[in-house]
Amino acid sequence: MFTPREQLWRVQRDEQGQLEFIPAKETILKRAVIGVRACDLAALRLQDQHFLERDVVHTGYRTRRAGLFLVAVNCTHPARTCFCVSTGDGPQATDGFDLVLSELDDGFIVQAGSDAGLAIFSRLSLAPADKTQRDSAIKEINDGAQRQVRALPSRNLRDTLFANLDHERWDDVAGRCLSCGNCTSVCPTCFCHKETEQPQLEGTASDHYREWDSCFTQGHSYIHGATIRAETRERYRQWLTHKLGSWHDQYGRSGCVGCGRCITWCPVGIDITEEVAAISGESR
Amino acid sequence: MSLVSLVPLEAEIIDRDQESPTVFTLHLRLTDPGTRANYRFQPGQFNMVYLYGVGEVAISVVSDPDDERALAHTIRSVGRVTRGIEKLGPGDRVGIRGPYGRGWPVDTALGRDVVLITGGLGCAPVVGIINYIVKRRAQFGHVTIIQGVKHSADLIWRHRYEQWAALPDTQVLLAADVAGPGWPWHVGRVTALLDRASFNPANNIVMMCGPEIMMRITIENLLQRGIREHDIWLSMERNMQCAVGHCGHCQYGPHFVCKDGPVFCYSEIKDLFGIKGF
Repeated sequence: MFTPREQLWRVQRDEQGQLEFIPAKETILKRAVIGVRACDLAALRLQDQHFLERDVVHTGYRTRRAGLFLVAVNCTHPARTCFCVSTGDGPQATDGFDLVLSELDDGFIVQAGSDAGLAIFSRLSLAPADKTQRDSAIKEINDGAQRQVRALPSRNLRDTLFANLDHERWDDVAGRCLSCGNCTSVCPTCFCHKETEQPQLEGTASDHYREWDSCFTQGHSYIHGATIRAETRERYRQWLTHKLGSWHDQYGRSGCVGCGRCITWCPVGIDITEEVAAISGESR
Repeated sequence: MSLVSLVPLEAEIIDRDQESPTVFTLHLRLTDPGTRANYRFQPGQFNMVYLYGVGEVAISVVSDPDDERALAHTIRSVGRVTRGIEKLGPGDRVGIRGPYGRGWPVDTALGRDVVLITGGLGCAPVVGIINYIVKRRAQFGHVTIIQGVKHSADLIWRHRYEQWAALPDTQVLLAADVAGPGWPWHVGRVTALLDRASFNPANNIVMMCGPEIMMRITIENLLQRGIREHDIWLSMERNMQCAVGHCGHCQYGPHFVCKDGPVFCYSEIKDLFGIKGF
């Protein structure tokens, strides 16, 4: 929905230098995503809040969202990097989907979560799930939850993080962090983007795009000749205090859904749960 | 929730003033008469100004909201977009979208003594509100205008300060860290001027913009004089690209500067204000 790149508008310039701005065309494309996890659904809910429910609606996001059909899967085999239990977002998908699947050894249990889901559901030739199958599905989810080895403190960490802006751990993590932005690229709630321009070679038109950006780049905090966050320490602190701190003020909850992708994709093995444990002084 | 268009509108440069070697003012007029008639802004709000083929920059509107002839944007040539815009002149076209953000608390200031403090290279957001107040002088109490520059040659709009100083019940205090010839005002820090200003904490409202270090020292000074936190307002600057709270560049604690600011009450941002890296 929050695509890596999208055109916002095109401007055409005539021989007199007059400019005509043309908004990018938006067409609703019907798309189904199969295998959405509870963490993804929670992240999509946060992105909906950000792009659809604040002061201004992002129309491109809204158009893509309108064509979306979600088939969720309840997680029974969490990765070692998962911690959605501690953030309260999984492993069971509870809402925000059209259909949800629970995996059994001999098939799936299917449930509908929306009118669109029900319409598909009613066209499938399904046998009713018996109690053993339903119990088995619940047990699989609960067992999966038990196997998660990582966790964040479940409480609101805003005050703790902002009370520790000078904690030595920020220097420590900055010594390891490459400021590559992988964590922000894979984070399903990160919404930062920049606007870029691509002039056409013939000189009569220029296209304006929105592209993913990361608070780990030098340019993110650029302002008339200066950089607010020149140091990696300041960038990691910005990311974490926003994600787990001021996100509560802006969206009523933490910006972390426990998917663990930032841990998986960090080239130097930085683990958000370890960093928080060190800064908050709480063991994981 | 609203459907604000995020696509620029064409505007024509109808006049251009060179204010200093690096600062210039563009007077812009929306070319579509219908849009022009409906365009309204508050002092302290900004537009995204677009240069063909290059990109956009956030620039505050410094003209009077009731002036229907043109929208004035005072710009310092410092980056990729502004260096390009600098080369434009009357008849050239740019794009603008806006106005965005929260402006100065004009209604709150009505009838009160207003202290306007700026530092740096001609701080456009505050100059916009000074012009606004001066034009409606009778609606406000005592007005104090305090401006500090690094070098006396950096002061733009010198004649305006002289005109303002001649107004009734209006005090103008200027300082330059380094003074060249013909500088009749204070030499030193802008904060030293606060000693010469008369404050009335019960009825003062302060509006300021400038480098954050200067604003931080000034605020400390003002608080010691009994000015209340909620009577201090400041215009913040951060990287802004979308201008509607989506792109994340100007996130500042619980705020997005582009839509929750750029004008903030000090009490709203005091926890983070002055901390390097935010």
